[in-house]
Amino acid sequence: MLKHRHIAALSVAFALLLAACSPKATGTGSLTPAPAGEQPHPGGTLTFIVNAEPPSFDGHRETTFALLHPIAPHYSTLYKFDPGDLTKVIPDVAAAMPEVSADKLSYNITLRTDVKFHDGSVMTSEDVVATYNKIIFPPTGVLSPRAGAYAAVESISAPAKDKVQFKLKYPSASFGTNLASPWNFIYSAAKLKTDIHWYEKNIDGTGPFTYVSNTKGQDWVGKKNPDYFAKDKSGVQLPYLDGYKALIITDATAEVNAVRSKQAMIEFRGFTPQQRDDLSRALPNDLAIQEAPWICVNYVVPNTKKKPFDDVRVRQALTLAIDRYAGSTALQKITIVKDVGGLMRPKGPFAQSDADLQKIAGFGTDAKANKDKAKQLLADAGVPNLTFKFLNRNITTPYEPVAVFVLDQWKQVGINATHDVKETSAYQADLRAGNFDVALDFNCDFLDEPDLQLAKFWSASGLGKGLNFAYYDDADLDKKIDAQSRETDPAKRLALVADIEKYAMDTKAYQYPVLWWYRIIPYLNVVRGWRIGSNHYTNQDLATVWLAQK
Amino acid sequence: MRRYVVGRLLLMIPTLAGVAILTFVIMRAVPGDIVALQYAGSPVPQSVIDEQRHLLGLDKPMWTQFTDWMGQIAHFDLGQSLWTGHPVVEEIQIRLPLSIELAVLATLLAVTIAIPLGVLAAVRQDSWVDYLIRVFSIGGLAMPSFWIGIVMILTTITLFGWAPPLVFTPFTEDPIANLAQLILPAIAVGYRYSAVSMRMTRSTLLEVLREDYVRTARAKGVGERMVVVRHALRNALLPVITVVSLEFAFLIGGLVVTEQVFNLNGIGKLLVDAVAHRDYTLIQSLVLLLAAVFVLVNFVVDMVYVVLDPRIRYS
Repeated sequence: MLKHRHIAALSVAFALLLAACSPKATGTGSLTPAPAGEQPHPGGTLTFIVNAEPPSFDGHRETTFALLHPIAPHYSTLYKFDPGDLTKVIPDVAAAMPEVSADKLSYNITLRTDVKFHDGSVMTSEDVVATYNKIIFPPTGVLSPRAGAYAAVESISAPAKDKVQFKLKYPSASFGTNLASPWNFIYSAAKLKTDIHWYEKNIDGTGPFTYVSNTKGQDWVGKKNPDYFAKDKSGVQLPYLDGYKALIITDATAEVNAVRSKQAMIEFRGFTPQQRDDLSRALPNDLAIQEAPWICVNYVVPNTKKKPFDDVRVRQALTLAIDRYAGSTALQKITIVKDVGGLMRPKGPFAQSDADLQKIAGFGTDAKANKDKAKQLLADAGVPNLTFKFLNRNITTPYEPVAVFVLDQWKQVGINATHDVKETSAYQADLRAGNFDVALDFNCDFLDEPDLQLAKFWSASGLGKGLNFAYYDDADLDKKIDAQSRETDPAKRLALVADIEKYAMDTKAYQYPVLWWYRIIPYLNVVRGWRIGSNHYTNQDLATVWLAQK
Repeated sequence: MRRYVVGRLLLMIPTLAGVAILTFVIMRAVPGDIVALQYAGSPVPQSVIDEQRHLLGLDKPMWTQFTDWMGQIAHFDLGQSLWTGHPVVEEIQIRLPLSIELAVLATLLAVTIAIPLGVLAAVRQDSWVDYLIRVFSIGGLAMPSFWIGIVMILTTITLFGWAPPLVFTPFTEDPIANLAQLILPAIAVGYRYSAVSMRMTRSTLLEVLREDYVRTARAKGVGERMVVVRHALRNALLPVITVVSLEFAFLIGGLVVTEQVFNLNGIGKLLVDAVAHRDYTLIQSLVLLLAAVFVLVNFVVDMVYVVLDPRIRYS
């Protein structure tokens, strides 16, 4: 016992010594990507962290950021989001924005003629058609998880070597923006013709960086493509960087240490508030920080196939009991959640005003009144002391603190819920088998777009199969989602989306968000020309990133 | 002896087959699905999930999956990782050199520290030297190697702004870069490992030093150094060799947390990732590999016994 005390005392003394050696925090660093007037400086190698390994190399078939961060710099897309204004779509290999017919059923796109694949072949409309055919109409044995986003497309054709035409079956509000999907890498038609699976294990794009090497579990290396087609506004050849190295680091502490020891300059997905503060203290003069709301959210999902969650009053009580505003205040200090919002990202282009949102059950600011109503609803439903298991995954950020907060809120209205934490794989198995009472689900998207954010709300036995874990079927809601998708007038669409939010979160209370995530990127301030967006998928081709000389 | 050796080698086959069956069954019994994980958090329709399960052969009956896999193993083909689609052999080849080198470095370090200090503690039993060595060894047993690793990294970052390189460089390519990455983890792991071996060396040597033949050697006037090194230590080393060998085998795939802390691209990390992804073929192959390492190391240790102790004869 005495020896253990000695060891403990030595450890404490050592920890204090370390703390004494650590620099003091001096704030959260600069939020400015580059000082005004500073000109991009060509050269250098960007080293960044990716905290997972991509399953394959094929952007069309994968859905993880772990593919985009190391691999997107090898590819171009038809359109992309403007690195200077990430809400705006600009041409990438397209020469201009699409010409849309008056009936909105035909999109005619002219392509650049100076685009070359890394193997030297010239990109033509044939490549774009082959790419989009693979994505939208995948042959048997080819996976295309986002094909449904292009359900409106009837055909794709190449009227000329530099012209592509998309014909739609019906007008689609999201089709134009979906052409800027960061996953839709332009592939070579010749390569796809030889082997449609070629891109799963190989790289040949038209992007700013060519492939150098990949050591599995360790790193991914790319170098400047001298034949890249794009130039900046001053006519300087892009990309600015000589190359990049993506380091695969899966441990959160090792990630922070990598930045702290300056072996990595940035991690593009996001750090926690504590990690940001640790880095700020350790690198007071070398760190910059960018922060932004994130199109990621946790949903509380009652299993409507199980009693008493088939009763709308119980589901309404569950959402009414949660004081999201108090949650925001407490949780934003310790994890990556912040804003209160409905089904669309708060303050995003489809978000309701705060006043309208507060009219929805569970989003009002009078927490006591909400909780009283929740208690009344539970009593009316005959379950005043409701007991159930709350399924969650064993990931600390942000799932565990969010669930702990929700459990505490429920306890305050007499609900006795047990936190049922499972390893991700077992959690997914339970979700998909419907083997749970209430679960904490999640969703991340690359774009503020109702078609994406409402994908989980289609009927479980219809288009929501495998997505809608509340397991309800609701033909009325399906009609509403379909109607907003076809509505091309922005104002009318906004109203339709607001109606869906009211219906899905309040009237039927099928599933509802807790808090929206908040993205925090602390990075070495030599990195310039990269701007944070509301997602961790877009703006990753690194064409305009450069390194300041110190 | 030859018959014994052949018998032992043949016995490895049913042992490994047993491990294969057990791993296959356990992994299928654990809930979870690689495809659901691959598309976790993304709005991917069920049809895509079903298609991918079909492509990976996960919709086949379990018995068919097992016979397919055993058929591949019989042809020395470990198959492909379900997660990456790359050959399992390739995945292992990338990580094995680092794991072996780390295990060798940690073993060298542990043995270099453990045996002299263990002997010293035994011959100076209950003196201040013994107490000091005991405190040192108990410290190694009490502190997990990953914790020691974290403290070492924080210390070097805080004091020197330096942390071990994150990318593995083979020793033959650049010995300095190689050692810069592996020396701290080797110390972190080797310290704990040396503590176990040190305690074992001390206790077995104390036991042997009380044997009749040691007393006889001393009575014949043999010098104390010769008594300890030549007569006592040789016999005392048998259990130490067992411990050291089993630790070595463990280090090949067991340094899961230490590899995470130092971001080492080793077998332990690969195994944990494979389990997290439910990458059945990779898990099965890795467990089989690690079982083979244990079986082989055990076999080699048994053979070393014969060399060290002439009284041991296998027939």
